[in-house]
Amino acid sequence: MSLYRIEIIEIEAPDAGDERLAGRLREAGLPELGAVHASRLFFIESPADAPLDDASMRAIAADLLVDPVVERFELLSAGQEVRLPPGKTCVEVHPRPGVMDPVAESVLAELRAAGHAVQSVRTARRYVLDGAFAAPRVRQTVARVLANECIEEVVVGTLGLRPAPQPPLREFRVRHVELRALNEAGLERLSREGHLFLSLDEMRTVRAHFDLLGRDPTDLELETIAQTWSEHCVHKTLKSAVVYRGAAMPNSTHGGRTGPTGCGPEGEAAEVELRYANLLRDTIVRATDAVVAAGRGPRCLSVFKDNAGIIEFDEEYGVAFKVETHNHPSAIEPYGGAATGVGGCVRDVIGCGLGARPIANTDVFCVAPSDWPADAVPRGVLHPWRVLRGVVSGVADYGNRLGIPTVNGAICFDPRYLGNPLVFCGCVGLIPRDRVEKAARPGDRIVLIGGRTGRDGIHGATFSSAELSDTHADEFSHAVQIGNAITEKRVLDAVLAARDDERGCLFSAITDCGAGGLSSAVGEMGEHTGAVVDLERVPLKYAGLRYDEIWISEAQERMVLAVPPQNLDRFLEIMRQEECEATVIGTFGDSPGRGRDAARGGPRLIVRYAGEVVGDLDMMFLHNGLPRRERDASWTSAHRAPPSGLNPDADPGAGAWGSDRSAPQARPQAPAPGSSPPDTPLVSALHAVLSDPNAASKAWVVRQYDHEVQGGSVVKPLGGPGDGPNDAAVLRPRLDRTRGIAVACGLAPGLSDLDPYWMALNAVDEALRNVVAVGGDPRRTAVLDNFCWGRVDDPRQLGGLVRACQGCHDAGVAYGVPFISGKDSLNNEFALDAADVEPLLTTIGRYLGADGESRRTWGETAERIRRTGRLSIPGTLLISAVGIVEDVRRCVTADLKCGGHALLLVGGLPRVGFDLHAALAVHVAVADAITAGLLRACHDVSDGGWLMGAAEMAIGGARGFDASPGLRAAPDAFLPLAAAYVVEAAEPETLRSRLDRAGVRHVLLGQVRDERTCILGDERTDVAALRRAWSVEAGDGRL
Amino acid sequence: MPAPRVCILRVAGTNCDVETQYAWELAGAHAERIHIRRLIERPALLDACAALTLPGGFSYGDDISAGRIFAAQVQRHLLDAVVGFIDRGGLVLGVCNGFQVLVKTGLLPFPGETGGPRRCSVTYNQPRGFQDRWVTLAAGDHECAFLEPGRRYELPIAHGEGRVVFSDEPALRRVTDAGLDVLRYVPSEAVPSDEPFNPNGSQADVAGLCDPTGRVFGLMPHPERFVVATQHPRWTARGGDARSDGLAIFRRAVACMAPGRALATTSE
Repeated sequence: MSLYRIEIIEIEAPDAGDERLAGRLREAGLPELGAVHASRLFFIESPADAPLDDASMRAIAADLLVDPVVERFELLSAGQEVRLPPGKTCVEVHPRPGVMDPVAESVLAELRAAGHAVQSVRTARRYVLDGAFAAPRVRQTVARVLANECIEEVVVGTLGLRPAPQPPLREFRVRHVELRALNEAGLERLSREGHLFLSLDEMRTVRAHFDLLGRDPTDLELETIAQTWSEHCVHKTLKSAVVYRGAAMPNSTHGGRTGPTGCGPEGEAAEVELRYANLLRDTIVRATDAVVAAGRGPRCLSVFKDNAGIIEFDEEYGVAFKVETHNHPSAIEPYGGAATGVGGCVRDVIGCGLGARPIANTDVFCVAPSDWPADAVPRGVLHPWRVLRGVVSGVADYGNRLGIPTVNGAICFDPRYLGNPLVFCGCVGLIPRDRVEKAARPGDRIVLIGGRTGRDGIHGATFSSAELSDTHADEFSHAVQIGNAITEKRVLDAVLAARDDERGCLFSAITDCGAGGLSSAVGEMGEHTGAVVDLERVPLKYAGLRYDEIWISEAQERMVLAVPPQNLDRFLEIMRQEECEATVIGTFGDSPGRGRDAARGGPRLIVRYAGEVVGDLDMMFLHNGLPRRERDASWTSAHRAPPSGLNPDADPGAGAWGSDRSAPQARPQAPAPGSSPPDTPLVSALHAVLSDPNAASKAWVVRQYDHEVQGGSVVKPLGGPGDGPNDAAVLRPRLDRTRGIAVACGLAPGLSDLDPYWMALNAVDEALRNVVAVGGDPRRTAVLDNFCWGRVDDPRQLGGLVRACQGCHDAGVAYGVPFISGKDSLNNEFALDAADVEPLLTTIGRYLGADGESRRTWGETAERIRRTGRLSIPGTLLISAVGIVEDVRRCVTADLKCGGHALLLVGGLPRVGFDLHAALAVHVAVADAITAGLLRACHDVSDGGWLMGAAEMAIGGARGFDASPGLRAAPDAFLPLAAAYVVEAAEPETLRSRLDRAGVRHVLLGQVRDERTCILGDERTDVAALRRAWSVEAGDGRL
Repeated sequence: MPAPRVCILRVAGTNCDVETQYAWELAGAHAERIHIRRLIERPALLDACAALTLPGGFSYGDDISAGRIFAAQVQRHLLDAVVGFIDRGGLVLGVCNGFQVLVKTGLLPFPGETGGPRRCSVTYNQPRGFQDRWVTLAAGDHECAFLEPGRRYELPIAHGEGRVVFSDEPALRRVTDAGLDVLRYVPSEAVPSDEPFNPNGSQADVAGLCDPTGRVFGLMPHPERFVVATQHPRWTARGGDARSDGLAIFRRAVACMAPGRALATTSE
């Protein structure tokens, strides 16, 4: 064997080093650091019988690895010492064995293709720091900002030249778990220590099942059941029976009928008891059924049954939309967690129907404030700025490489996301309408395509049901995955080629191999046919995997297809052409070699390894055996009834990329007694709301995403000469047509403590207004729900969830907007080290405004954290919306267009207690005005109030306005509103008479000015100053 | 007259091929997307084509560096075929990742010197990081099959490795003196901006290069992303101005493919 180490060193500016890296390291704990030089390492091994020599290795380095214009290389062979320059500190960062290393894979493939006998390629990074530092301090600092010890090893000095570690080979042996002998304590221990995360009740059911069979389960069988019954896969909480006791729902009588709207504030509502047989079905699904039955909404082609929901786009195509969370992995490894979150969601769209083509991605992040004091981060938690920076890079790198534009999103800051940051990834796809239905048939071959299987990502599905704690990073490092986007791009190209083959679609079903790995994918596809799988056929990244590891590995970029035998050759030929690995691993349907418990009949899931049966499960038990639970939920309002007509809420909202939020600390406060008010109170307040992190420009994020690839971009995240925020993205998915889609989101976690019911309604309202504001049709808009909640074992938390679900129902029915897909992520709580509790409460307290709702509810929340030792996220509901745009040439953007035009406020209802039908009338009236060509600019009003909306329009248009009339007529310029828009009209009288006829309220705010000055009564401000306030970057110059 | 044929070469990670095909067809060509495996098996496929396009994307993940592995495959299997194609009067367009590949194979700026040491590269942006935004460009005077001399273009960029660099001053001067830096970033006259007009720190503000014949052209911006009016970031404010700068590039190339409009067919 020969082993070489090749170091690639930049030759530009040899003395300066990388100032960006140096800055991060100085802030993170090495303030006296000089320059830092980064270089890349390649380790290349060739076999003993055909070793590569110095000359060939130099040629490889010069021809392939180095860019001769900007880089040079140094070559070392085994036995030579790595030079450690005096007065400097060297650090190497190596991927841990088994962690995905896309560059190494590409280099290996290319070298082999070029005819070199190469055995392995590994990569690493090296940093040379000017100055002699103590090893532990450097290691810790580098680990904090330049590496992640969960997936990488940080070595101070050098690892030298070490051969690639060989994974241990283990002898094959079927292992049984002695389940039947366990008492209840034993069952609970097995569930926890085996990372099964099943409840005692569920463990008892499994035990009873095997008691009946008269045998113990194999480890693989137990794992399969745990994966299939995991919260992640089956959503057992949302589908369970719930008894709700507490405050009545404002708008509805229970059971789906919409009652009179606009009831009094919820604090006055009576106590009720409501029973839901299946919470999800009785609220969200019921709303969709009602909308469809009434002939409202877009035409729904597939709802709640496939990997994504599908609505009609035109006569030939449907639009598929899926949004997922990837919270737990992102908390531990933000970059990899977010990247694989994108990858998983994109595969859901590829695996929807018989394959949709992804056309857009969305992302929403909920994180703690990025200026969190570095010394106040609890054990086991990554600094929120590091989390945010990591997840943004992860989404950018993966989405950009796949060639899918990331077009819409939001970032929402709240201290309670510290332990459990939320990462929502969405994907929109275009699918031919005759490819929507799928079903695996008996005899179809089970074909696994894409990436190889490794030990990565084991227990992701069950891990997502666990509560995070200060030790989770160690315990669950195996659940973290790093993606390889190009493998997924190959899968995408290959699946579409097989779907659109000239002989017709070559496969009869497809699904993503995601959470639960093969166990879930094959188990689901074969539910009605049965399946036989031979695990030794699965291509592995490296030897040494046990059969159960192969079965539940969540290695990325894999999909499972059902291919009829007559299409198999053609299918495999297409996979070869597209350079996508494909392997037949079994057959759907009953097999001659049925397993041991065959007497019971019904389809079975039979798993073999080297011919021996290692699992044999009854599909009926697997999919329907989960014991149903009845849960208690309660909700009592801890809050005073809000004063009529006023909105009490002042909590942080989300910051849509574009738009429109403010958080309590930035909300204009009444001057403290005794202090002198500023000379320009309105302008100061406006600058404050614009510079709040929730509202401020997200350009630093948007610019990292390719939001224009595929050429369909019509309304971009930022627009106008001043690059101001737009409300939604508009795409033209078929380049030769003028029909488009609007993609938007809404969330209002700031209302969660007050009442999740109104949080849900505001989220739906916001998503809809964002669609409408760009020219989308509210009558042809569908939405998706993504719930992220705390521990729903707590009846009060579950009560909040019930109210949010009911809010979704009422909004869907009143607006005529169907829910087409959804997901939930529960148990988003962080178990704190006891010593961290009080310091954390102090830090959070500093982020709360002196007044406002969050301050009022804080005492209760703090008490709960003290009592339980756990930090829970605020109940969070993301609503994602996709709406049809009949003709993209009629779209409207938010930037002000022309001096002299009128500026109006249209609609505007209090966020709590508003009348849903009045709100719908506003949305429809604005949409119709856009269709009629009456609006030159349109922007939704949200948490920051109408003045902030107008200011964002001024920034985008690089124009001013005079809002003096508006300040007299609608004085509460910063009041958050529902169903409200600021619009620019060339012919205001035509617009006003139209709105009057529709019964929609409107107020003339003033006039657009071509001069770049805004006039606010007696005060003035430059648009440039507004822009500066808004352009403060989150985490700018921080850790 | 039948529409001229265009070959769009794709590999794993190519991701702008579909809209590039649409742009060519809108300009009047007949474009086909061809996987590199097929072209390696049958290089003669190029014989029927008037133009070869290397579209944007992240070929092989841009592992090692942008376009590096794609370039290695072209060098190993297709260099003779492509050089022959150029010599016969074919047009070559490289967009973004395709431009990086043309430079890293040595096909730009001097296709006649692919065997020698490389003096030009496209590397990490300065400051570092991927950026998607619109830029203003000006065409030089050198004859190029794709550009109207002196014209200004507005197009989007979307890249993390777009900085054009030369190994030394003479290498740079050789290119600029010959006018091969045929597309450069310039300040916008329409929109004031805080951002630098040169988005990536390219030497001499180079956004695109052509070879001495003007038939081989590569650029970092994406002309295929501006072929209809609604792709412009300010189209809702532009009124009736429907000029699509990207389409103009494809149209001019198609016009060059027509008989009687062919450029000189021998290298200088």
